[in-house]
Amino acid sequence: MTAAIEVRQAARTYRVGQTEVAALRGVSLTVRRGDHIAVVGPSGSGKSTLLQLLGGLDRPTAGSVVIDGHDTTTVGEAELARIRNRVVGFVFQGFHLQPRTSALDNVALPLVYRGVRRAERRRRAAELLDRVGLGARARHLPGQLSGGEQQRVAIARALVTEPAVLLADEPTGNLDSASGGHLLDLLEQLNAEHGVALAVVTHDHDVAARARRRIVMRDGRIITDTEHDITAAPTGPARA
Amino acid sequence: MRIGEAARVAVGALVAARLRTGLTVLGVMIGVSSVMVLIAIGDGTRREVAGRVDQLGSNLLLVVPGKLEIGMPTVSRMQLSDVEAVARVVGDPKRVAASVASGEMVQAGTAKTFTTVAGVLENNRTVLVRDIARGGYLSRTDVDSARRVAVLGATVARVLYGDADPVGRQITVAGVRFRVAGVFAPLGQSLGVDRDDEVHIPLTTAQRLFATTRVDGLAVRADDPAGMAALGDRIVAELAERHPDSAFSVVTQDQILSVLGDILDVLTGVLGATAGISLLVSGVGVANIMLVSVRERTREIGLRKAVGARPADIAAQFLAEAVLLTSVGGVLGIALGAAATVAVERLTPLPTLLTGWCIALSFGVAAAVGIIFGVLPALRAARLDPAPALRTE
Repeated sequence: MTAAIEVRQAARTYRVGQTEVAALRGVSLTVRRGDHIAVVGPSGSGKSTLLQLLGGLDRPTAGSVVIDGHDTTTVGEAELARIRNRVVGFVFQGFHLQPRTSALDNVALPLVYRGVRRAERRRRAAELLDRVGLGARARHLPGQLSGGEQQRVAIARALVTEPAVLLADEPTGNLDSASGGHLLDLLEQLNAEHGVALAVVTHDHDVAARARRRIVMRDGRIITDTEHDITAAPTGPARA
Repeated sequence: MRIGEAARVAVGALVAARLRTGLTVLGVMIGVSSVMVLIAIGDGTRREVAGRVDQLGSNLLLVVPGKLEIGMPTVSRMQLSDVEAVARVVGDPKRVAASVASGEMVQAGTAKTFTTVAGVLENNRTVLVRDIARGGYLSRTDVDSARRVAVLGATVARVLYGDADPVGRQITVAGVRFRVAGVFAPLGQSLGVDRDDEVHIPLTTAQRLFATTRVDGLAVRADDPAGMAALGDRIVAELAERHPDSAFSVVTQDQILSVLGDILDVLTGVLGATAGISLLVSGVGVANIMLVSVRERTREIGLRKAVGARPADIAAQFLAEAVLLTSVGGVLGIALGAAATVAVERLTPLPTLLTGWCIALSFGVAAAVGIIFGVLPALRAARLDPAPALRTE
């Protein structure tokens, strides 16, 4: 497997008034194509910051993050946007769907910024909605869909650009356990069948247990980064 | 992102915030329509002045005492003998009109009015192109014998006699009895001045009535428009010779038109700029509402950036929204302005003229306001950091 994202000694500090707060204190890791990673750790351990650096939503204040061969610390804003558009797909805890826009057009949104024509955008979006099992609900507004369905729309949107890496921040955080379980099934299926690398930030041990590779963080540092034999992982009912 | 895409998103956002959009559009409408109405009044006035000059013809020379400068008014030293001398220079006394004017009380029975009484020669009507509605004009004999006859302007006739025919009746001018010889056809108003509020009497009679020998000014109808400048010089030279310590000036209709045109340009500019202030204020309103919109949609901006929107895409989206706001306001404002212009034309004495450039300018300014006042909010949106934007509640 080749490297999709390479993080080298990345640090990220925020300035809050007069004081500097370190969210990441020198983190290194490689996300390979086809990886299935869970990032776990307590609140404030730097999980979400790491995910933002992996996806080029943010840049490190020290060290480097190289996404698909592009160093995010040296490229311009427009180029970084292009990288986000082509290489990664994001899934957020809060779904972040456009409320007045149909599921279909929500999914098609990333293609707008790739200059794809409207008819083609909709054709590809419909294909993705089919893949996540929502083909019949393409015309619905997000408000007319359940939480699990909304998150599946968000996943379809993240995948419509055929990214190498899917980055998910607490994707099941707003879902009940049944919906959460279905969502993880879907993510794993996409990972297995299409080779999309998955990096999931989660508090949920069951979610973490389903990943092949587990990264534990604390105080802005990676404590452990371990590979598991997927066949040995428990696959029973996700949560009580 | 294509322009069409930006416009589609902008329409959606504006429709979603209908009330806010409506109020902002209203502000732009008022700005655009007031610019339009005031420019239309300026243009209408200009056309009226030009029309008046056309009516008088371009071959008219006006001879006045003094230099053509703004300053102390000059009391004329010209007399009837000077009029004759100028007539000799021109070569035709029929082409040289002269007048002396004074404000006097004119009375008929119990009706009276204070008006401009002009002592003139019998050729005044032809040199200055005036039509008679009733009766006749002054004759050569009236002037030679200093008869007490008068020709009334339409307004004076109406004030003194209502709808009755004044011809042959008696009036008093400054307490002296006159017979009405005729009534002018109405000229209407011009620049807010009632041009029918006047009475013509023979120059000789006027000089006696006003106890003076002066002549205020001359009007010369040149037969050859090309030789007007030379003719003017000869007239000034003749008068200067006769009055070595006085100055005289000649102005043509073209010069008057050009001076009035300059004044009207300034006037139109000042009026337009005043209305422009309201357009400016509406632009501030647009900027304000766009800033609110950017703040409200911070999460949306964050998401768009996360899925690959470049700063330029975000800027284009919000700029399109601002331009759309002012363009819709511009189109509606033009409709409102056109209606208001018709109302001004019908309900007030102000002349108006709607021209294509005025409409185009109004719309162009509105669109420009959208761009200018949309830039700041658009740039603010474009510069938002996606990660914190996504966390906004």
